[in-house]
Amino acid sequence: MSTLHLDAEALYTDLLAGVRTLLKPDCALVGIWSGGAWLAERLQRDLKLPGEHGVISSALHRDDFGSRGMSGSADHTRLPFEVEGRHVVLIDDVLFTGRTTRAVINELFDFGRPASVTLAVLVDRGGRELPIQPAFSAARIALPRGQRLSLARDEQGHFSFDIEDAA
Amino acid sequence: MKVLIKNGRIVDPASGRDEAGDIAIAAGRIVAIGRVAADFAPNRTIDAAGLVVAPGLVDLAVRLREPGHEHEGMLESEMAAAMAGGVTHLVCPPDTDPPLDEPGLVEMLKFRARNLNHARLYPLGALTRGLKGEALTEMAELTEAGCVAFSQAEAPVRDTLVLHRALQYASTFGYAVWLRPNDPWLGNGVAAKGPLATRMGLSGVPVIAETIALALIFELVRDTKARVHLCRLSSAAGVEMVRAAKAEGLPVSCDVSVHNLHLTDVDIGYFNAAMRVTPPLRQQRDRDALRAALADGTIDALVSDHTPVDEDAKNLPFAEAEPGATGVELLLSLALKWGADSGLPLVKTLATVTQRPVGVMGESLGSLGSSAGCLVEGGLADLCLFDPAAHWQVTPAALRSQGKHTPFAGYELPGRVVATLVGGHVAYEATRG
Amino acid sequence: MLSRRNPQLNAHGELIHLLSIEGLPKAVVTQILDTAGTFLSVNEREVKKVPLLRGKSVFNLFFENSTRTRTTFEIAAKRLSADVINLDIARSSTAKGESLLDTIANLSAMHADMFVVRHSESGAPYLIAQHCAPHVHVVNAGDGRHAHPTQGLLDMYTIRHYKRDFTNLTVAIVGDIVHSRVARSDIHALTTLGVPEIRAVGPKTLVPGDLREMGVRVCHDMAEGIRGADVIIMLRLQNERMSGAMLPSAGEFFKNYGLTPEKLALAKPDAIVMHPGPINRGVEIDSAVADGRQSVILPQVTFGIAVRMAVMSIIAGNNP
Repeated sequence: MSTLHLDAEALYTDLLAGVRTLLKPDCALVGIWSGGAWLAERLQRDLKLPGEHGVISSALHRDDFGSRGMSGSADHTRLPFEVEGRHVVLIDDVLFTGRTTRAVINELFDFGRPASVTLAVLVDRGGRELPIQPAFSAARIALPRGQRLSLARDEQGHFSFDIEDAA
Repeated sequence: MKVLIKNGRIVDPASGRDEAGDIAIAAGRIVAIGRVAADFAPNRTIDAAGLVVAPGLVDLAVRLREPGHEHEGMLESEMAAAMAGGVTHLVCPPDTDPPLDEPGLVEMLKFRARNLNHARLYPLGALTRGLKGEALTEMAELTEAGCVAFSQAEAPVRDTLVLHRALQYASTFGYAVWLRPNDPWLGNGVAAKGPLATRMGLSGVPVIAETIALALIFELVRDTKARVHLCRLSSAAGVEMVRAAKAEGLPVSCDVSVHNLHLTDVDIGYFNAAMRVTPPLRQQRDRDALRAALADGTIDALVSDHTPVDEDAKNLPFAEAEPGATGVELLLSLALKWGADSGLPLVKTLATVTQRPVGVMGESLGSLGSSAGCLVEGGLADLCLFDPAAHWQVTPAALRSQGKHTPFAGYELPGRVVATLVGGHVAYEATRG
Repeated sequence: MLSRRNPQLNAHGELIHLLSIEGLPKAVVTQILDTAGTFLSVNEREVKKVPLLRGKSVFNLFFENSTRTRTTFEIAAKRLSADVINLDIARSSTAKGESLLDTIANLSAMHADMFVVRHSESGAPYLIAQHCAPHVHVVNAGDGRHAHPTQGLLDMYTIRHYKRDFTNLTVAIVGDIVHSRVARSDIHALTTLGVPEIRAVGPKTLVPGDLREMGVRVCHDMAEGIRGADVIIMLRLQNERMSGAMLPSAGEFFKNYGLTPEKLALAKPDAIVMHPGPINRGVEIDSAVADGRQSVILPQVTFGIAVRMAVMSIIAGNNP
């Protein structure tokens, strides 16, 4: 059990304000599966953006396929809009090494050439292994490498954080 | 050379003897069994404490691959394998290359075998020239050269008329004919027909391939009075037919291979080519019937069906792999395992590989018949000494045979041959560890 | 031969070879179907390629010719960014060419990562999996009469796509089942996925009674076999059956067991008609049915590529 208390709902409010400043005309929100997708879904609603948010998976472009294999999870990329020439705002719950973001950007480019890609995250926990930077993060914290931080959502749609020791 | 074997457990199925005692050997013959005269001065004494002293085993089906594989030294290696298995008398089928259909080939084979000073070899002559099932061989000439009976090995005689005439001719002179009961058209599959073969997509040999052939053979025997030995029964239905034929008084006998005695089609596992044997491994019911029939005497003899197969010929998909398995070194242990599983006394177990096979060979053994496969004063000093309590693991690489493929690879088997004597000479001795 | 561990799974129960559907845990079968769904969407994108097998060498070893199956495997491997090398090794029964294992050893020396094997003898892929280097993966593209697991899986994907729930279906497989590796794989997959009623339909020479032990109901009467079915899988009839004295003629087969609109009407109104291809029009299936609204034969082909991509990516990602 961690003694660190992160108020996910409070951070969401900050994220909402931050993303609002990043919006360009006719941009698209794309949430990184799974936590980012939940955030994008709520942001799309709260920002009253037209159309639908996208969901993107890193599964097909992961750099650890050789050791971890094909994931058994049901994450599929679903982008219900034209990527070509679009400003895309990627939303994720936790930014850590940056590898998931790299994989997701590759996946995005398989669909077309966006006009720009911006990254907004709920929590930046440092530990970057690639040159990836968010345009906005609601919180910056340091966590031991051995711990996993992830977003959870209950039946009412409220967000909270799970911290576990990584296997 | 005088040899004294001391303190052994002497087991002789022919006389029913199973008791502690000594055996004295001189000039290649047994001079005393049980109590040996105090003035017997042996050149060599073998301490057989804890060992069974039995007659040398008699294996009715051992392929030596000669003629045909002389360059590979197969006769040497396979005869040495027989020695390591305690087998002192072996019958080889005629399906060599070329087949044993000429007296010259038989004489050469017997000559080569004699010079090796190992087991005694009894070749089967080909029933038809080239085993083609068309023209008869010179059976009298072949008998004179040393053949003990006539056979087609696995090659069918498709023409019933030819088979009828062959049996008629053989019976004129009292020659026995050894036949594998397998219908030439129904019997071409690679596994036993049944749910397992269907599931695995392997062509199956139905039981009727055996029973139809048996029915045909029995009718021909009734008609010609030929003496026939049936090679390698595989099915419960086949066993029933043989039982009825014997009850009727037909002059027939039969054998079963160690593979069909112990294994079933399920043992094929993931298409293991070591399980590719003929006849194919059948189902549980069949195995149970074969085991019971060997115990009650319906099946006369247990054979190894020793068939060394090249590595290259086995490392192929199941249906393409050459059938056959190495087995002469495992015959004793597999007999003991069956005997123990069936709750039989040792003397009955050993009968299946000593006295009863000699019975099958009958008069063809001539004078040797009175002492082959048994321990009798004045008889041949062909013995197998083994440790019944020892267990050993079947490691193909360690087998003396050049054939390294056996379905029993990795199995732990009972009974280890410690020494084999042929004509009073110690032809094989295990390194005592 | 005392170890009986399924050679397709590693010590953790993960798939490292696909040799047969028999013996695969239901979770593995489901994983393949779920993953195929992902690849189906990839195949509809502008960029139909993902880098999962980038730099890997996939060798298509077809000892038995089949351009269509080989092509689908090639497309699947290339969409995963693998390098594909096709080897059509025509086999003559008397050919004294290179032995099967020598071929494998030579290709392994060229650092092959995956073999896709089609062979006319049942069990050949097992021999190959046993003898190739530990990191090499083997996919069975059809061995003798024994198995055609990717076809079985794509057939299941097709059924799941149209019918959703396996547990209340009646599936009829019609035709030359005794010689069919597709039928065997379908039967294993259907039983693993919990289909309660599987019927094998055909004459006694092509549908033997001992099929019952595989968990199917044997029907020699077509009407009885088709009645109320949700899924009908028609199998190809090969000419050898006539020359092998198993059937008198293709015409008589069609009369008794061909799928015509009249026979199809005995099945459920929303029944789907499947066929592994290539179809023999007028032998096992009437053109009206093959081209009709209940036929899903063409979607099967599309699903086939996605399923093969799923199989290859799953096994390539698991270590021995």
